[in-house]
Amino acid sequence: MENTILRMEHIYKEYPGVKALNDVAFSLRAGEIHALLGENGAGKSTLIKVLTGVESKNAGTIEMDGKEISPKRPVDAQNAGISTVYQEVNLCPDLSVAENVFIGRELRKGMRIDWKRIHEKTRELLKDFGLSINVEERLDNYSVAVQQMIAIARAVDVKAKVLILDEPTSSLSAQEVKRLFDIMRMLRERGMGIIFVTHFLDQVYEVSDRITVLRNGTYIGTYDADKLPMIELVGKMIGKDYESLEAIPKLSGDRENVEELLRIENGTTGAITDISLSIGRGEVTGFSGLLGSGRSETARLIFGADRMTSGRTVMEGKEESIRNPLDAILHDIAFCPEDRKKEGIVGDLTIRENIVIALQSKRGVLHKISRKEADEIAERLIKELAIKTPSADQKIKNLSGGNQQKVLLARWLATDPKLLILDEPTRGIDVGAKAEIQKIVVELAKKGMSCVFISSELEEMERCCSKMFVLRNKKIVGELYGEEISQSAIMRLIAGEENV
Amino acid sequence: MKTRKSLKIENISLIIACILFVCMFIAGSAVYDHFGSAATFLNLFNDNAYLIVVAVGITFVLLTGGIDISVSSVVAFTCVFSAYLLEKGWSAVIVIPLVLAVGLFNGFLIGYCVQEYRIQPFIITLASQFLLRGMCAVVSTISIPIDNAFYKEAALNKISFKFGRTNAKLYIYVFLALCIVFLAYYILKYTRFGRTVYAIGSNELSAGYMGLNVKWVKIGVYMISSFCAALGGIIFSFYTLAGYSLQNMGMELDAISSAVIGGTLLTGGVGNVLGSVVGVLIQGVIQTIVTYQNLNAWWTRVTIAALLCLFIILQRFISIRADKQKGKG
Repeated sequence: MENTILRMEHIYKEYPGVKALNDVAFSLRAGEIHALLGENGAGKSTLIKVLTGVESKNAGTIEMDGKEISPKRPVDAQNAGISTVYQEVNLCPDLSVAENVFIGRELRKGMRIDWKRIHEKTRELLKDFGLSINVEERLDNYSVAVQQMIAIARAVDVKAKVLILDEPTSSLSAQEVKRLFDIMRMLRERGMGIIFVTHFLDQVYEVSDRITVLRNGTYIGTYDADKLPMIELVGKMIGKDYESLEAIPKLSGDRENVEELLRIENGTTGAITDISLSIGRGEVTGFSGLLGSGRSETARLIFGADRMTSGRTVMEGKEESIRNPLDAILHDIAFCPEDRKKEGIVGDLTIRENIVIALQSKRGVLHKISRKEADEIAERLIKELAIKTPSADQKIKNLSGGNQQKVLLARWLATDPKLLILDEPTRGIDVGAKAEIQKIVVELAKKGMSCVFISSELEEMERCCSKMFVLRNKKIVGELYGEEISQSAIMRLIAGEENV
Repeated sequence: MKTRKSLKIENISLIIACILFVCMFIAGSAVYDHFGSAATFLNLFNDNAYLIVVAVGITFVLLTGGIDISVSSVVAFTCVFSAYLLEKGWSAVIVIPLVLAVGLFNGFLIGYCVQEYRIQPFIITLASQFLLRGMCAVVSTISIPIDNAFYKEAALNKISFKFGRTNAKLYIYVFLALCIVFLAYYILKYTRFGRTVYAIGSNELSAGYMGLNVKWVKIGVYMISSFCAALGGIIFSFYTLAGYSLQNMGMELDAISSAVIGGTLLTGGVGNVLGSVVGVLIQGVIQTIVTYQNLNAWWTRVTIAALLCLFIILQRFISIRADKQKGKG
């Protein structure tokens, strides 16, 4: 191996009841970007935690520059030359930008911290990253993207030889991602070894030199990025053929013979104007469009989360007034919101409680769901949706993202809805779980439930939807059925070319 | 990107607190004879030196997002215990280090429980409060006078200033308190320990990930708080020359409210000790005005309660507005 700086071998890590890492190996060269991939729960984060001293390993060796290290605390890893930028920006919002870069290794003049020099150094440092900001300002006055750059600046300036970027792009816009990649390439030129953990496979191919894949806590292999086609990579990650994942039975998408479930006529809220649409029974209806095109707002209109100022809702042939989410729930409409952590799960409650929560509010507080009934519902849905958990008593925050999403789905399925609205149900979860959720959605539709599916990923929209509304600038600009739905057709509509 | 240096929340609160102090002082001077003098101003320090020290100590804890409600009992215990020992004929040279050590040890125990056993600081300091208050009564239920030469010396030594025709004085122990203020300011601003205090209050998890020594700094702030309370107790015993088990009930709230009025956020990460000093002075002015007006002393508490509400709502308001601006930009 040419100038390998980091070598991890035979790493084992066990949590109570779970083998998180089982004989995992990983090596990193100087001047390479090395992607670490795997599904949720594959052991990526655990491996990173072991490497950075957040968790300690049960067995195995870690070598930096040929010398064995065993970091017990984050500071040990830093001293060994390993810096980490975590997924959630791990800086202190109340401190200044400069302080966030330098705290823990302050420049001093005699005994005291030399603030002037710290401010100057930070300005210089950030210039490398193309940032000219006021370094004396509080950190939280800047956007997440800027904060992330600052976190990287901090990590790099610790004279690190190894930089770990854990899901750095999940909250960045396309342009910001590009800037981040430029910085990563710059650091690679300087001879730094970068471990890049991400869910976005196309990003992996854009910057990575090598790829290491983990699955279920075991080491699958390390590959040169340019010699591994994406299909094969996905296969290695999920351990089944990509083909089987592709094979989601398509719904017919018949324009004529669909019984209508719900119709919105000229619906207007503060956010969108004059939306008219119809959703059929047993269909997966997609809302497609760019971020901010009005997709989510349309869903919120249907669910009564945004109040309709004019227009009318017709459900099963009768005009109904749905003025708030509770009305919607009572009309058998369910809504899985976009931001799973913020609006969806209640982290400290158990899976069972998270599942019955919506059903309870539908029935009203006076009709308490008995423990027995809750158990039955939870057991049934855990089995139906194949939620991976030791028991229904597990706290939901201990589950992986994909399984949390399934619990949310289960929550709404427990209310037995006629219409299920899913806003970005597959964001931030791994390929395998994505495919499972897509499959569940299509199967539900086959059984007669109507689904509204919103996603930024056209590929998945194309796979799941039997009917699609395309939105642009808060308006519906096109309607596609069955075979007409293709990525190019959607893109043409989004781009504003008429006549599909 | 904006380059204009915007006012920080704590600075806005501090400025408002300063303005409030000046306004109250001027108002007092306008209404009452003999109020508007250097003597009145310096007496604020003479009368509240102990509270300044305690408030400065507790500010460290508040900055980490913790709380310490044991300080009033530490003050009382220090007074009673040192009065008791001095009465037995112990030398001040031994008694003073001893009670300071008791304070440090109490702080260490609290900090250790908070850090290692993840006990809520409120509960563990409540336990400490009961324990030490109880210990006061074990030592003595009646007030013990202090008749020690060193204590008397410390109690009465003062420096006089001449302002025109009036005379104003500052007791020696006030300088001790001011030294503590300066030292605390320096530590918080110019040492890693101090900055780590802010980092912990801002985001404890991040502070750990950034390689800062969260464990010892967290234990350290409780030690500082308790040590300052013990020191405040010594100053208070200079001030009263007695130790009584029931004195200073509820004083921890005076110290906390001083810090809050001075711009320290109870959620941690924001504030500084100068603010706490101004907070103490504001309470001092209110007390003086209440005395001049010949009102029931409890009116001080009522006024402070109102001020406290005002300042907390103000801080909330400022931070909400800051969030909104960020959303726009």
